[in-house]
Amino acid sequence: MNAPVLPAPVTPSLAGGFAHPAHDAARAFRAAMQALARPGRIQQITGAMPPAPLSVAAGTLALVLMDQTTPVWLAPSHDSAALRAWLTFHTAAPFTTAEAAHFVIGSWEALTPVSRFATGTPDYPDRAATLIVEMPTLAASGTRLTGPGIQDSARLSLPENAAFQANHALYPLGFDTFLTAGDQIAGLPRSTRLEDI
Amino acid sequence: MTTASMPVEAESYNFAYLDEQTKRMLRRAILKALAVPGYQVPFASREMPMPYGWGTGGVQVSAACLVPEDRLKVIDQGADDTTNAVSIRKFFQRTAGVAVTEATTEASLIQTRHRIPETPLTEDQILVYQVPIPEPLRFLEPRETETRRMHALEEYGLMHVKLYEDIARHGEITNSYAWPVMAHDRYVMTPSPIPKFDNPKLSDSPAVQLFGAGREARIHALPPYTKVVSLDFEDHPFVASKADHECEICGSRESYLDEVITDDQGGRMFVCSDTDFCGSRSAALETERS
Repeated sequence: MNAPVLPAPVTPSLAGGFAHPAHDAARAFRAAMQALARPGRIQQITGAMPPAPLSVAAGTLALVLMDQTTPVWLAPSHDSAALRAWLTFHTAAPFTTAEAAHFVIGSWEALTPVSRFATGTPDYPDRAATLIVEMPTLAASGTRLTGPGIQDSARLSLPENAAFQANHALYPLGFDTFLTAGDQIAGLPRSTRLEDI
Repeated sequence: MTTASMPVEAESYNFAYLDEQTKRMLRRAILKALAVPGYQVPFASREMPMPYGWGTGGVQVSAACLVPEDRLKVIDQGADDTTNAVSIRKFFQRTAGVAVTEATTEASLIQTRHRIPETPLTEDQILVYQVPIPEPLRFLEPRETETRRMHALEEYGLMHVKLYEDIARHGEITNSYAWPVMAHDRYVMTPSPIPKFDNPKLSDSPAVQLFGAGREARIHALPPYTKVVSLDFEDHPFVASKADHECEICGSRESYLDEVITDDQGGRMFVCSDTDFCGSRSAALETERS
């Protein structure tokens, strides 16, 4: 009965999850919630170590929010066998098409055109996609933002303005966006108004 | 049993009682609620180890938001020391191992039943409301399919008729609590049964405000600095009123008062509903005098 205890084989897709799932997910959710509740404020979010090219922030957000009930679409920039295996092991989220996805992950170029993503229905505006946009960097500069969560105005470096302005015009429909870079995260809900400057 | 005062979370429960799958579902609902202020997001409300009406919605939202570093305050009609507040505080002390406080200024997460603290909130705080009926139109239209359509079409004529009929019959809008509000110029929402005195504090609050209704399985939210307007008419404007007295304990003229019956001879007194506000004011006055 005393079988030797073998060290667990650690493959890339099994590693990189939360060290303490409940505590890590709780702290990461608070960062994500503050990011979405206060557009333009950049938060730090850590806990997961996903395979490249996914950032720590995007990987952590995936573990906080995704499970078998949330279909995911990986844009071509992020659609690799390694990342699929990692997401499947840690979240069990099924993969689907861009139009049907609850969550989409990718670089801005790979996600465009974003008008294809779910924006909810008039009866259920919550049935809208959440975009996780991987950015090279994030900075509190650039496009001027106003709206709920913002005291006067805020600034955020966005990949473009027109697509987000079109999305805001659909309010209360529209998708919601998290922008991630390294271990940083910023939120841009559909309620935020954008001004070119 | 001394577990209630244990400094660390009980090992037999997951952190903050709920399983991770449930918390993910709640967290997704909270994010969508924050993205569309005032819209009621349906969620898969769980049975909690307390009856409906005791804050099961608020408890689930708090469980989804709590982090081990939080300092939790729970109030019931402004008081920290009533049964509902004490048992919810003990529940999270035991299942999440979080620190607790009765001081508004020290709390990072405040769960509330039917009051907003008198002490102004800050950006570092989250206010979680317990909500019995999240649908402001429910007593005017019982069908969920109809109220959902009214929200979709921004068709709030029924609510304005109700408020108008109040004025026609009674000379004023008769809500003293749960006065309906317009969130971010789009959705009519209920502020939960807070006294109308508290309504102005909903608007432009630096804190994140989350509303959980357990039995009705809805979450709605107000991000910080969101415009919230109490519904009224130009010739019958909203007035945040309170009992025209001062607190008999701390003497405050600004805080919301409870009327307390003191005997069966018609004796009564008015005291602050917010026990922490009243207590710290009294203590400050005491120090001044000595």
